[in-house]
Amino acid sequence: MWKWLHPYANPEVSYHFIGKLLPWLAKITMTLLAIGMVWALVFAPADYQQGDSFRIFYIHVPTAILSMSIYLAMASAAFCSLVWQFRLADASAAAMAPVGAVITAIALFTGAAWGKPMWGTWWIWDARLTSELVLLFLYLGVIALHNAFEDKNLAGKAAGILSLVGVVNIPIIKYSVEWWNTLHQGATVSKMSAPSMSMEMFWPFVICFLAIAMLVTFVISIRFRTEILARNSMRPWVRELITAEGIK
Amino acid sequence: MQFDSISAFFDMGGYAFFVWLSYGVSAFLLAALIYSSHSNHKKVKQKIALRLQREKKLRKAAQQNSVQAEQADSNTAVLQNLPKNSNKVVS
Repeated sequence: MWKWLHPYANPEVSYHFIGKLLPWLAKITMTLLAIGMVWALVFAPADYQQGDSFRIFYIHVPTAILSMSIYLAMASAAFCSLVWQFRLADASAAAMAPVGAVITAIALFTGAAWGKPMWGTWWIWDARLTSELVLLFLYLGVIALHNAFEDKNLAGKAAGILSLVGVVNIPIIKYSVEWWNTLHQGATVSKMSAPSMSMEMFWPFVICFLAIAMLVTFVISIRFRTEILARNSMRPWVRELITAEGIK
Repeated sequence: MQFDSISAFFDMGGYAFFVWLSYGVSAFLLAALIYSSHSNHKKVKQKIALRLQREKKLRKAAQQNSVQAEQADSNTAVLQNLPKNSNKVVS
């Protein structure tokens, strides 16, 4: 497997490989988003307690799950970069941070807009909400550190250490609803056993989750290619590429 | 289909404001993220292109300078009847 993977650790190869994937990612994302949004907004049944406000669920839960997954992916990349000095891992961590921040912001915002009609407040300092807010600040800190140094390797190291320390927040978010008494409800779909919701509600959720996950992959891929170019701008292959594309 | 009419759909069972606010803000943020990532990619490419152009200009200027310097060198060498590259000794 290493033999097969090895060429992809080459920036030039990954740049072109991901460039070929991008149009397909865009198509899959668009299709899944169209199906998921229509299913979630029109065809999924309303909740028997929460009525149609429940439809916020189809954005809130996928983005909340992804905000944590992106963070774990970013921290793993940072770990690889710190331990084995994979340059590309550093570039991917830098590409993931802003996407994770936006996804976390969406999870927080949709949560607030769902909390207002259901709990009667936009925000409370509840364990789940607060730890998710801390996640947003961690993302912002990582972004700031990536941009704080002219030397990208140094910046990657500093940001990598912060993202590794921040991993401690992930189990806190995940188990906050079990460890403390909170207003936020417990897990419904991410349970290891069968999800505690009807299949009519569950399938549109799966589509929405995949759609947003694909969208995230798409944006991270774009940003990853940008990082590769910026970090290898002195290399002959980048010079040739820019000259060949005739950018003025 | 969960709604009887278009207006019922937009009303979202009375939760219209919260549901559409959530979907609207999410769509806006994601669209802004895609747009900024895309334009950032272009900007980085343009920056590199600009640098390449500048390098080209500098190289051209350096070449011209060296040609002029060589000419000047050979002129002085002729004037003083000294072999080329001997200006170090003179100065």
